[in-house]
Amino acid sequence: MEGLKEQLRKESKKAKLDFNELKSGGFIKQTQKDLFTVRLRCPGGKVNAEQMRKAGEIADKFGRGEIHISVRQSIEVPYVSYKDFDAVAESLREIGWAVSSCGPRLRVPTACAGCTYNPNGLTDTQGICAEVDKRYFGIETRHHKFKTSFSGCPIDCFRTREMDLGFQGVLEPKLIEDECNGCELCVKACDEGALKMDGELPVRDWDKCIHCGDCVKVCPVDAMVSNRIGWLARVGGKHGKHPYFSYEIANFLTDDQVYVLIEKTMSWYQENAVGRERIGAAIERLGLERYMNDVVDPLGLEAIRDQKDRRKYYAKGNFYDK
Amino acid sequence: MTNKGETVSPDDKLDLSGVLCPINFVKTKLKLEEMEVGQVLEVILDDGEPMKNVPRSVKAEGHKIIGVEKLTDETYKILIRKETD
Repeated sequence: MEGLKEQLRKESKKAKLDFNELKSGGFIKQTQKDLFTVRLRCPGGKVNAEQMRKAGEIADKFGRGEIHISVRQSIEVPYVSYKDFDAVAESLREIGWAVSSCGPRLRVPTACAGCTYNPNGLTDTQGICAEVDKRYFGIETRHHKFKTSFSGCPIDCFRTREMDLGFQGVLEPKLIEDECNGCELCVKACDEGALKMDGELPVRDWDKCIHCGDCVKVCPVDAMVSNRIGWLARVGGKHGKHPYFSYEIANFLTDDQVYVLIEKTMSWYQENAVGRERIGAAIERLGLERYMNDVVDPLGLEAIRDQKDRRKYYAKGNFYDK
Repeated sequence: MTNKGETVSPDDKLDLSGVLCPINFVKTKLKLEEMEVGQVLEVILDDGEPMKNVPRSVKAEGHKIIGVEKLTDETYKILIRKETD
Protein backbone atom coordinates (compact mmCIF):
# COMPACT_ATOMS: atom_id res chain seq x y z
CA MET A 1 0.00 0.00 0.00
CA GLU A 2 2.86 2.36 0.86
CA GLY A 3 4.41 1.55 -2.50
CA LEU A 4 1.24 2.54 -4.28
CA LYS A 5 1.04 5.85 -2.44
CA GLU A 6 4.67 6.57 -3.30
CA GLN A 7 4.10 5.72 -6.93
CA LEU A 8 1.06 7.95 -6.98
CA ARG A 9 3.01 10.78 -5.43
CA LYS A 10 5.61 10.57 -8.16
CA GLU A 11 3.07 10.16 -10.91
CA SER A 12 0.96 12.95 -9.52
CA LYS A 13 3.86 15.34 -9.92
CA LYS A 14 4.19 14.35 -13.56
CA ALA A 15 0.48 14.77 -14.13
CA LYS A 16 0.35 17.98 -12.02
CA LEU A 17 -2.15 16.26 -9.71
CA ASP A 18 -3.29 17.75 -6.45
CA PHE A 19 -2.50 14.99 -3.95
CA ASN A 20 -5.10 16.42 -1.60
CA GLU A 21 -7.76 14.97 -3.85
CA LEU A 22 -6.52 11.51 -2.88
CA LYS A 23 -6.54 12.06 0.86
CA SER A 24 -10.28 11.78 1.26
CA GLY A 25 -9.87 8.27 -0.06
CA GLY A 26 -12.68 8.21 -2.61
CA PHE A 27 -10.41 6.79 -5.32
CA ILE A 28 -9.99 3.04 -5.03
CA LYS A 29 -7.20 1.16 -6.79
CA GLN A 30 -8.38 -1.40 -9.33
CA THR A 31 -6.73 -4.60 -10.54
CA GLN A 32 -5.91 -2.84 -13.80
CA LYS A 33 -2.80 -0.68 -13.96
CA ASP A 34 -3.42 3.05 -13.48
CA LEU A 35 -7.16 2.59 -13.13
CA PHE A 36 -9.27 3.52 -10.15
CA THR A 37 -12.89 3.35 -9.07
CA VAL A 38 -14.30 6.72 -8.08
CA ARG A 39 -16.67 6.41 -5.12
CA LEU A 40 -19.19 9.25 -5.02
CA ARG A 41 -20.61 10.57 -1.80
CA CYS A 42 -24.26 9.53 -1.39
CA PRO A 43 -25.29 9.68 2.30
CA GLY A 44 -28.32 7.50 2.90
CA GLY A 45 -28.19 6.46 -0.75
CA LYS A 46 -29.90 9.73 -1.66
CA VAL A 47 -28.92 11.64 -4.77
CA ASN A 48 -30.84 14.10 -6.87
CA ALA A 49 -31.37 13.88 -10.62
CA GLU A 50 -28.59 16.38 -11.28
CA GLN A 51 -26.14 14.15 -9.39
CA MET A 52 -27.34 11.10 -11.31
CA ARG A 53 -26.67 12.91 -14.58
CA LYS A 54 -23.26 13.96 -13.31
CA ALA A 55 -22.37 10.37 -12.39
CA GLY A 56 -23.35 9.33 -15.91
CA GLU A 57 -21.34 12.16 -17.41
CA ILE A 58 -18.24 11.13 -15.45
CA ALA A 59 -18.70 7.49 -16.42
CA ASP A 60 -18.98 8.45 -20.09
CA LYS A 61 -16.17 10.95 -20.09
CA PHE A 62 -13.59 9.37 -17.77
CA GLY A 63 -14.71 5.76 -17.31
CA ARG A 64 -16.22 3.14 -19.58
CA GLY A 65 -19.81 4.25 -19.33
CA GLU A 66 -20.37 1.88 -16.39
CA ILE A 67 -21.65 2.51 -12.90
CA HIS A 68 -21.58 0.23 -9.88
CA ILE A 69 -23.93 0.67 -6.92
CA SER A 70 -22.03 -0.33 -3.80
CA VAL A 71 -23.52 -2.32 -0.94
CA ARG A 72 -23.26 0.85 1.16
CA GLN A 73 -25.38 2.91 -1.21
CA SER A 74 -22.56 4.70 -2.98
CA ILE A 75 -22.50 5.30 -6.71
CA GLU A 76 -19.11 4.19 -8.05
CA VAL A 77 -17.58 4.89 -11.44
CA PRO A 78 -14.97 2.27 -12.36
CA TYR A 79 -12.09 2.46 -14.86
CA VAL A 80 -11.04 6.06 -14.19
CA SER A 81 -7.36 6.85 -14.81
CA TYR A 82 -5.52 8.55 -11.94
CA LYS A 83 -4.49 11.16 -14.47
CA ASP A 84 -8.10 12.33 -14.58
CA PHE A 85 -8.56 12.70 -10.81
CA ASP A 86 -8.30 16.47 -10.94
CA ALA A 87 -10.73 16.74 -13.82
CA VAL A 88 -13.19 14.44 -12.04
CA ALA A 89 -12.95 16.43 -8.82
CA GLU A 90 -13.42 19.69 -10.73
CA SER A 91 -16.41 18.26 -12.58
CA LEU A 92 -17.99 17.23 -9.25
CA ARG A 93 -17.32 20.64 -7.73
CA GLU A 94 -19.39 22.25 -10.50
CA ILE A 95 -22.52 20.92 -8.79
CA GLY A 96 -21.18 21.00 -5.23
CA TRP A 97 -20.58 17.25 -5.09
CA ALA A 98 -17.57 15.28 -3.89
CA VAL A 99 -16.03 11.85 -3.69
CA SER A 100 -16.68 9.60 -0.72
CA SER A 101 -14.10 7.91 1.48
CA CYS A 102 -12.35 4.68 2.19
CA GLY A 103 -9.59 3.85 4.67
CA PRO A 104 -9.55 4.40 8.45
CA ARG A 105 -12.29 7.00 8.56
CA LEU A 106 -15.86 7.46 9.60
CA ARG A 107 -17.61 6.41 6.41
CA VAL A 108 -20.66 7.87 4.74
CA PRO A 109 -23.66 6.82 6.83
CA THR A 110 -26.30 4.64 5.18
CA ALA A 111 -30.04 4.77 5.79
CA CYS A 112 -33.41 3.49 4.65
CA ALA A 113 -36.28 5.74 3.58
CA GLY A 114 -37.41 5.90 7.20
CA CYS A 115 -40.71 7.40 8.21
CA THR A 116 -40.74 9.85 5.28
CA TYR A 117 -42.40 7.34 2.96
CA ASN A 118 -41.95 3.78 4.25
CA PRO A 119 -45.06 2.59 6.13
CA ASN A 120 -42.93 0.65 8.63
CA GLY A 121 -40.61 3.58 9.34
CA LEU A 122 -40.73 5.06 12.82
CA THR A 123 -37.88 7.58 12.65
CA ASP A 124 -36.51 10.11 10.15
CA THR A 125 -33.47 8.12 9.09
CA GLN A 126 -32.71 10.27 6.06
CA GLY A 127 -32.78 13.47 8.08
CA ILE A 128 -30.39 12.24 10.77
CA CYS A 129 -28.20 10.49 8.20
CA ALA A 130 -27.67 13.76 6.32
CA GLU A 131 -26.82 15.53 9.57
CA VAL A 132 -24.38 12.83 10.71
CA ASP A 133 -22.71 12.94 7.30
CA LYS A 134 -22.40 16.70 7.54
CA ARG A 135 -20.95 16.62 11.04
CA TYR A 136 -18.71 13.55 11.09
CA PHE A 137 -17.96 12.29 7.58
CA GLY A 138 -14.31 11.48 7.00
CA ILE A 139 -13.11 11.81 10.60
CA GLU A 140 -9.86 9.87 10.97
CA THR A 141 -10.15 6.97 13.41
CA ARG A 142 -6.37 6.24 13.65
CA HIS A 143 -7.20 2.52 13.46
CA HIS A 144 -9.66 1.19 10.92
CA LYS A 145 -12.89 1.98 9.15
CA PHE A 146 -15.91 3.08 11.15
CA LYS A 147 -19.35 2.45 9.74
CA THR A 148 -22.67 3.84 10.84
CA SER A 149 -26.17 3.23 9.59
CA PHE A 150 -29.77 4.11 10.36
CA SER A 151 -32.78 1.82 10.15
CA GLY A 152 -36.23 3.28 10.70
CA CYS A 153 -37.72 0.21 12.41
CA PRO A 154 -36.76 -3.18 13.89
CA ILE A 155 -36.95 -4.89 10.48
CA ASP A 156 -33.50 -3.29 10.29
CA CYS A 157 -32.98 -3.24 6.51
CA PHE A 158 -29.82 -1.21 7.08
CA ARG A 159 -28.26 -3.90 9.24
CA THR A 160 -27.41 -1.82 12.26
CA ARG A 161 -26.21 -5.04 13.90
CA GLU A 162 -23.29 -5.14 11.48
CA MET A 163 -22.18 -1.55 12.04
CA ASP A 164 -19.46 -0.17 14.24
CA LEU A 165 -22.25 2.05 15.52
CA GLY A 166 -25.81 1.51 14.35
CA PHE A 167 -29.09 3.20 15.17
CA GLN A 168 -32.52 1.71 14.73
CA GLY A 169 -35.93 3.34 15.21
CA VAL A 170 -37.99 2.14 18.20
CA LEU A 171 -41.47 2.96 19.47
CA GLU A 172 -42.74 2.49 23.01
CA PRO A 173 -46.44 1.62 22.93
CA LYS A 174 -48.93 2.54 25.61
CA LEU A 175 -52.49 1.26 26.06
CA ILE A 176 -55.29 3.70 26.90
CA GLU A 177 -57.54 1.13 28.53
CA ASP A 178 -60.76 3.17 28.33
CA GLU A 179 -60.47 3.39 24.53
CA CYS A 180 -59.78 -0.32 23.96
CA ASN A 181 -62.65 -2.35 22.48
CA GLY A 182 -60.93 -5.71 22.95
CA CYS A 183 -60.77 -6.50 19.23
CA GLU A 184 -57.44 -8.39 19.59
CA LEU A 185 -56.00 -6.95 16.36
CA CYS A 186 -52.88 -5.87 18.25
CA VAL A 187 -52.40 -9.42 19.52
CA LYS A 188 -52.61 -10.69 15.94
CA ALA A 189 -50.27 -7.97 14.67
CA CYS A 190 -47.53 -8.78 17.19
CA ASP A 191 -44.96 -11.11 15.62
CA GLU A 192 -43.10 -11.38 18.92
CA GLY A 193 -45.95 -12.88 20.90
CA ALA A 194 -45.55 -10.03 23.36
CA LEU A 195 -49.28 -9.39 23.64
CA LYS A 196 -52.02 -11.63 24.92
CA MET A 197 -55.57 -11.03 26.01
CA ASP A 198 -56.34 -10.93 29.70
CA GLY A 199 -60.12 -10.74 29.71
CA GLU A 200 -61.07 -7.80 27.51
CA LEU A 201 -57.66 -6.11 27.43
CA PRO A 202 -54.30 -6.90 25.82
CA VAL A 203 -51.39 -7.22 28.26
CA ARG A 204 -47.79 -6.82 27.23
CA ASP A 205 -44.71 -8.86 28.11
CA TRP A 206 -42.00 -6.19 27.92
CA ASP A 207 -39.33 -8.91 27.87
CA LYS A 208 -40.60 -9.81 24.39
CA CYS A 209 -41.59 -6.39 22.97
CA ILE A 210 -38.98 -5.13 20.50
CA HIS A 211 -40.70 -1.76 19.99
CA CYS A 212 -41.72 -2.15 16.35
CA GLY A 213 -44.98 -0.24 16.74
CA ASP A 214 -47.08 -2.72 14.76
CA CYS A 215 -49.66 -2.83 17.56
CA VAL A 216 -50.05 0.95 17.41
CA LYS A 217 -50.33 1.01 13.65
CA VAL A 218 -53.02 -1.67 13.58
CA CYS A 219 -55.18 -0.43 16.47
CA PRO A 220 -58.50 0.62 14.93
CA VAL A 221 -59.65 2.75 17.85
CA ASP A 222 -56.40 4.53 18.78
CA ALA A 223 -56.31 2.83 22.16
CA MET A 224 -52.77 1.56 21.59
CA VAL A 225 -50.72 4.71 21.10
CA SER A 226 -47.11 5.78 20.90
CA ASN A 227 -45.69 6.87 24.23
CA ARG A 228 -42.34 7.84 22.71
CA ILE A 229 -40.15 7.22 19.68
CA GLY A 230 -36.37 7.14 19.62
CA TRP A 231 -33.25 5.23 18.59
CA LEU A 232 -31.87 1.90 19.77
CA ALA A 233 -28.07 2.10 19.67
CA ARG A 234 -25.81 -0.83 18.78
CA VAL A 235 -22.03 -0.94 18.93
CA GLY A 236 -19.24 -3.20 17.75
CA GLY A 237 -20.65 -4.88 14.66
CA LYS A 238 -18.88 -5.54 11.40
CA HIS A 239 -19.07 -7.76 8.37
CA GLY A 240 -16.08 -9.09 6.45
CA LYS A 241 -14.19 -12.34 6.82
CA HIS A 242 -15.16 -12.72 10.45
CA PRO A 243 -18.37 -10.83 11.16
CA TYR A 244 -19.33 -9.50 14.58
CA PHE A 245 -22.91 -8.90 15.63
CA SER A 246 -23.12 -5.76 17.71
CA TYR A 247 -24.28 -5.23 21.29
CA GLU A 248 -27.43 -3.29 22.09
CA ILE A 249 -26.17 -0.61 24.45
CA ALA A 250 -28.85 2.03 24.94
CA ASN A 251 -32.48 2.59 24.07
CA PHE A 252 -34.75 5.48 23.13
CA LEU A 253 -32.02 7.95 22.29
CA THR A 254 -33.02 11.37 20.99
CA ASP A 255 -31.32 12.74 17.86
CA ASP A 256 -29.03 14.88 20.04
CA GLN A 257 -28.07 11.83 22.10
CA VAL A 258 -27.19 10.03 18.85
CA TYR A 259 -24.74 12.81 17.97
CA VAL A 260 -23.03 12.81 21.36
CA LEU A 261 -22.84 9.02 21.38
CA ILE A 262 -21.10 9.07 18.00
CA GLU A 263 -18.65 11.71 19.22
CA LYS A 264 -17.84 9.96 22.48
CA THR A 265 -17.61 6.53 20.86
CA MET A 266 -15.25 7.85 18.18
CA SER A 267 -12.98 9.37 20.87
CA TRP A 268 -13.09 6.13 22.84
CA TYR A 269 -12.16 4.14 19.73
CA GLN A 270 -9.35 6.52 18.82
CA GLU A 271 -7.90 6.27 22.33
CA ASN A 272 -8.49 2.62 23.19
CA ALA A 273 -8.13 0.58 20.05
CA VAL A 274 -4.83 -0.98 19.06
CA GLY A 275 -3.44 -1.09 15.56
CA ARG A 276 -5.98 -1.85 12.91
CA GLU A 277 -8.61 -3.43 15.13
CA ARG A 278 -12.23 -2.46 14.68
CA ILE A 279 -14.16 -1.14 17.66
CA GLY A 280 -15.85 -4.54 18.09
CA ALA A 281 -12.46 -6.18 18.60
CA ALA A 282 -11.42 -3.44 21.04
CA ILE A 283 -14.61 -4.06 23.03
CA GLU A 284 -13.96 -7.80 22.97
CA ARG A 285 -10.45 -7.24 24.28
CA LEU A 286 -11.30 -4.63 26.92
CA GLY A 287 -14.77 -5.86 27.86
CA LEU A 288 -18.16 -4.35 27.13
CA GLU A 289 -18.38 -3.09 30.72
CA ARG A 290 -15.44 -0.82 30.08
CA TYR A 291 -17.11 0.77 27.05
CA MET A 292 -20.41 1.09 28.94
CA ASN A 293 -18.65 2.76 31.88
CA ASP A 294 -16.53 5.05 29.74
CA VAL A 295 -19.06 6.09 27.13
CA VAL A 296 -22.70 5.21 27.78
CA ASP A 297 -23.02 5.98 31.51
CA PRO A 298 -21.42 9.46 31.48
CA LEU A 299 -23.89 10.49 28.77
CA GLY A 300 -26.85 9.58 30.97
CA LEU A 301 -28.37 7.35 28.30
CA GLU A 302 -31.00 4.70 28.97
CA ALA A 303 -28.38 1.98 29.08
CA ILE A 304 -29.02 -1.67 28.23
CA ARG A 305 -26.80 -3.34 30.78
CA ASP A 306 -27.74 -6.99 31.01
CA GLN A 307 -27.23 -9.64 28.42
CA LYS A 308 -30.75 -10.88 29.20
CA ASP A 309 -32.18 -7.52 28.07
CA ARG A 310 -30.39 -7.91 24.75
CA ARG A 311 -31.59 -11.44 24.11
CA LYS A 312 -34.95 -10.43 22.66
CA TYR A 313 -33.18 -8.56 19.86
CA TYR A 314 -30.97 -11.51 18.88
CA ALA A 315 -31.03 -13.35 15.60
CA LYS A 316 -32.99 -16.57 15.75
CA GLY A 317 -31.82 -19.87 14.37
CA ASN A 318 -28.23 -18.95 13.58
CA PHE A 319 -25.28 -21.26 13.91
CA TYR A 320 -23.42 -19.62 16.75
CA ASP A 321 -22.84 -21.49 19.97
CA LYS A 322 -25.48 -20.52 22.45
CA MET B 1 -71.62 -6.45 14.82
CA THR B 2 -69.25 -4.07 16.50
CA ASN B 3 -67.13 -4.65 19.53
CA LYS B 4 -69.16 -2.38 21.74
CA GLY B 5 -72.34 -4.28 21.14
CA GLU B 6 -74.04 -1.94 18.67
CA THR B 7 -75.23 -3.58 15.48
CA VAL B 8 -74.34 -2.11 12.12
CA SER B 9 -75.56 -3.55 8.86
CA PRO B 10 -73.00 -3.21 6.09
CA ASP B 11 -73.77 -1.31 2.87
CA ASP B 12 -71.55 -3.60 0.85
CA LYS B 13 -69.60 -6.83 1.25
CA LEU B 14 -66.33 -8.26 -0.01
CA ASP B 15 -65.17 -11.83 0.47
CA LEU B 16 -61.38 -11.82 0.30
CA SER B 17 -60.73 -15.26 1.71
CA GLY B 18 -57.89 -16.83 -0.24
CA VAL B 19 -56.81 -13.44 -1.63
CA LEU B 20 -53.17 -12.60 -0.95
CA CYS B 21 -51.50 -9.34 0.16
CA PRO B 22 -51.45 -6.73 -1.21
CA ILE B 23 -54.23 -7.61 -3.70
CA ASN B 24 -56.70 -7.91 -0.80
CA PHE B 25 -55.93 -4.35 0.28
CA VAL B 26 -56.16 -3.01 -3.29
CA LYS B 27 -59.56 -4.68 -3.74
CA THR B 28 -60.72 -3.20 -0.44
CA LYS B 29 -59.52 0.22 -1.50
CA LEU B 30 -61.24 0.01 -4.90
CA LYS B 31 -64.50 -1.05 -3.28
CA LEU B 32 -64.30 1.81 -0.76
CA GLU B 33 -63.77 4.24 -3.64
CA GLU B 34 -67.15 3.25 -5.06
CA MET B 35 -68.86 3.90 -1.73
CA GLU B 36 -70.05 7.08 0.01
CA VAL B 37 -68.46 8.58 3.09
CA GLY B 38 -70.16 7.16 6.17
CA GLN B 39 -71.09 3.85 4.52
CA VAL B 40 -69.84 0.57 5.97
CA LEU B 41 -68.03 -2.20 4.11
CA GLU B 42 -67.85 -5.76 5.41
CA VAL B 43 -64.70 -7.65 4.45
CA ILE B 44 -63.83 -11.29 5.01
CA LEU B 45 -60.09 -11.78 5.50
CA ASP B 46 -57.82 -14.74 6.13
CA ASP B 47 -55.97 -14.93 9.42
CA GLY B 48 -52.22 -14.34 9.29
CA GLU B 49 -50.67 -11.80 6.92
CA PRO B 50 -54.00 -10.45 5.61
CA MET B 51 -55.29 -9.74 9.13
CA LYS B 52 -51.97 -8.24 10.08
CA ASN B 53 -51.74 -5.95 7.06
CA VAL B 54 -55.15 -4.99 5.69
CA PRO B 55 -56.68 -3.36 8.81
CA ARG B 56 -53.49 -1.39 9.32
CA SER B 57 -53.43 -0.15 5.71
CA VAL B 58 -57.14 0.71 5.83
CA LYS B 59 -56.49 2.76 8.95
CA ALA B 60 -53.49 4.48 7.31
CA GLU B 61 -55.81 5.50 4.44
CA GLY B 62 -57.93 7.35 6.98
CA HIS B 63 -60.89 4.96 7.33
CA LYS B 64 -62.24 3.50 10.55
CA ILE B 65 -62.48 -0.14 11.53
CA ILE B 66 -65.62 -0.37 13.60
CA GLY B 67 -65.78 -4.09 14.12
CA VAL B 68 -63.75 -7.28 14.14
CA GLU B 69 -65.26 -10.73 14.47
CA LYS B 70 -63.70 -14.15 14.30
CA LEU B 71 -65.66 -16.38 11.91
CA THR B 72 -63.58 -19.57 11.86
CA ASP B 73 -60.03 -20.46 12.88
CA GLU B 74 -58.88 -19.23 9.48
CA THR B 75 -61.13 -16.24 8.73
CA TYR B 76 -62.18 -12.95 10.22
CA LYS B 77 -64.87 -10.44 9.34
CA ILE B 78 -64.06 -6.75 9.68
CA LEU B 79 -66.32 -3.73 9.28
CA ILE B 80 -64.84 -0.61 7.73
CA ARG B 81 -66.54 2.77 7.81
CA LYS B 82 -65.49 5.01 4.92
CA GLU B 83 -64.25 8.28 6.43
CA THR B 84 -62.77 10.22 3.51
CA ASP B 85 -62.99 10.38 -0.27
